[in-house]
Amino acid sequence: MPYVIPDVVDVKQRKTDIGPPHYKNFLPPVIQKNYGDWKTHEILSPGLMVHIANSGDKIWSVRVASPRLLSTDTLREIADIAEKYCDGYFRFTTRNNIEFLVSDESKVKPLMDELAAKKYMIGGIGSRVSNIVHTQGWIHCHSAAVDASALVKAIMDEFADYFTTKDTPNKVRFAVACCTNMCGAVHCSDIAYVGIHRKLPRIDHDNFKNLCELPTTMASCPTAAITPDPAKKSIKINAEKCMYCGNCFSVCPALPIADPENDGVAIVVGGKVGNLRKPPMFSKLAVAYLPNTPPRWPEVIKATKKIFDAYIAGAKKHERVGEWIERIGWEKFFVVTGLPFTFQHIDDWTYAFKTFRTTAQIKWTK
Amino acid sequence: MTKKYDTPLLDELEKGPFPSFVTEMKKAAAKNAMAADELGQLEKSFRDKVTYWKHGGIVGVRGYGGGVIGRYSQLADEFPGVAHFHTVRVNQPSGLFYTSETMKFFCDLWDKYGSGLTNFHGSTGDIIFLGTVTDNLEPLATILSMNGFDLGGSGSAMRTPSCCVGPARCEWSMIDTLDITYDLTQEFQDELHRPQFPYKFKIKTVGCPVDCNASIARADLSIIGTWKGPIAIDQDKVKDYAKKGMNIQEEIVNFCPGKCITWDGNTLTINNSDCLHCMHCITKLAGALKPTPPFGAVILIGAKAPFVIGATLSWVIVPFMEMKPPYQEIKDLIRNMWDWWNEYGKNRERIGELILRRGMREFLEVCGLEPTPEMVKEPRNDPFWFWTEEDLEKKPWEEYLK
Repeated sequence: MPYVIPDVVDVKQRKTDIGPPHYKNFLPPVIQKNYGDWKTHEILSPGLMVHIANSGDKIWSVRVASPRLLSTDTLREIADIAEKYCDGYFRFTTRNNIEFLVSDESKVKPLMDELAAKKYMIGGIGSRVSNIVHTQGWIHCHSAAVDASALVKAIMDEFADYFTTKDTPNKVRFAVACCTNMCGAVHCSDIAYVGIHRKLPRIDHDNFKNLCELPTTMASCPTAAITPDPAKKSIKINAEKCMYCGNCFSVCPALPIADPENDGVAIVVGGKVGNLRKPPMFSKLAVAYLPNTPPRWPEVIKATKKIFDAYIAGAKKHERVGEWIERIGWEKFFVVTGLPFTFQHIDDWTYAFKTFRTTAQIKWTK
Repeated sequence: MTKKYDTPLLDELEKGPFPSFVTEMKKAAAKNAMAADELGQLEKSFRDKVTYWKHGGIVGVRGYGGGVIGRYSQLADEFPGVAHFHTVRVNQPSGLFYTSETMKFFCDLWDKYGSGLTNFHGSTGDIIFLGTVTDNLEPLATILSMNGFDLGGSGSAMRTPSCCVGPARCEWSMIDTLDITYDLTQEFQDELHRPQFPYKFKIKTVGCPVDCNASIARADLSIIGTWKGPIAIDQDKVKDYAKKGMNIQEEIVNFCPGKCITWDGNTLTINNSDCLHCMHCITKLAGALKPTPPFGAVILIGAKAPFVIGATLSWVIVPFMEMKPPYQEIKDLIRNMWDWWNEYGKNRERIGELILRRGMREFLEVCGLEPTPEMVKEPRNDPFWFWTEEDLEKKPWEEYLK
């Protein structure tokens, strides 16, 4: 369909509630023809797979990484490449990769050659590291305790070979959330990073009454640490109860919590969302805190390598990180990774008792 | 010419094999003053290790209560180009498929009315146009609408539904995830554009239990395709896998959570009545095994990130629902639960949190659902439960102990 961008826009004529266009407008003809009638697929190389329909038709997908933050220049380049090799058809994956959809087998290799020449990072399909889902970070968020895009870049540079060529026992899903609000789903990822605070919000008593609502602010606190301060028309925070989650700041701008010296990154591991083999699992705490060290967070990368390398060395084929840890046991996890176990690792929140070991079954590691 | 800032810290992030977001920002900054100041402010954040964005402000377009997230810089004097830097969410096509023509339209539009920076895609699934000023919002939304696109959800509304690639390009999709997503999005346009709930409500649909859209971890309503028929086996293809080096016993049989597969070196046997429908064997033996009808979906409720009660995974409320157009059963279910949540939910209380506060019984009764063992991992292990006056009248044992 032809698109129009008029010079003069009559905004009063806007139609509302039309919803998105129908997806069929964007499907390549071979997909329209074989929609819901696929037979199987084969992964031909880390960045190339072919889907075969019951009719015998095929479609090749070439996957490349994207930083998710894309300029219009790059989007135009992607569109041009898709026009040249894919009749204009391409898609994105739920993990921010770009997939070029090729209907003509003879165009697969020239496409991959051009992508390689243009330094696109081809890969991510199958049992390996895929792209990282992440949040906005300092680029565009008021509550970010850490930048997200930079962490993603540093991690993916480090593990690039596991995206482009090398295998892992099963998929390794990294995720980055720049605060505990977690607008990316990092709480169920193999290895995930969460931006955290470690000190109390600073109460701006003068502005509280102008900017914030008392009941909403009190209700936002998971530990009921916030109580009214009627004399100041503001609130008090019980320092012994506050766990620095920052949810009060989400509803009340007069409670800033960002702190350059004390904010940083926690690493959580062993989560997954798929139902394969074991049910979905939450990620659990591996490293309680590492400092913010832009631009490349070397401490975070080193700690990640300890976890990643131990997983590669110890996991059976098809085991995700969480399945491997469950099999060897958490006491062994801390031994094989060399990460310290600290007070912060023992839960002291609402469901803490669910994580305490109520058995004499223990593996001796020393 | 746009303003050029020294960015030594960010420059470091242009090195290395992974595509660089800094390079993307520089491309936009070369021709757009907003993007240039965005780059300048970000370098300062990297230097000072802190964000410089203010809390969101309320901006929007006529007739809608969402779709635009107000964003203002704390450093408007130093970086005037990002004094206003609002996010516009555009409802993505199901399955994230595009054509070059469409993408170029977005680029032309965004170069004219915004920073030239985008996200493909935001966490919820929308196309994200990153950074524009309040005055550009109305023309932007109007031109999008003229060309068949609409804004996505934000705030205490139904959020833009999203799905996996589904039957468009996957042999395992047992429901039409793209169509369900499109249909529900169209059905609930009012709830999407005009926040009217206690808090956000996310719907995510996936074609099978592999859950390539993480629906069980991040959707208030998770729709997961599944099957009830036996797993069809192509024994020759299984043998091919064995010949090519797969250790069927190790890799398939031993990993089966239902312990329902046997392999004698020649024939693979599945005891389907013990199958947990996890997808491990089907995905590892692609092309050799496949699920058979009846197809439908498991409906689960309540996933969310940690605030306020801790992260939750969705839990089962309907073990199996047929998913055929016009999807009336799921629409009725959604409307029922929304009515109840609107009535009883507190400000910023997700539906899962309300269920935990008031009990599954009330929720199930509101939705007209009978309790079944598929809804729990195990029955309760405490001795404290409720009886209604009606319950006291009932004597079910007279029936089942006959």
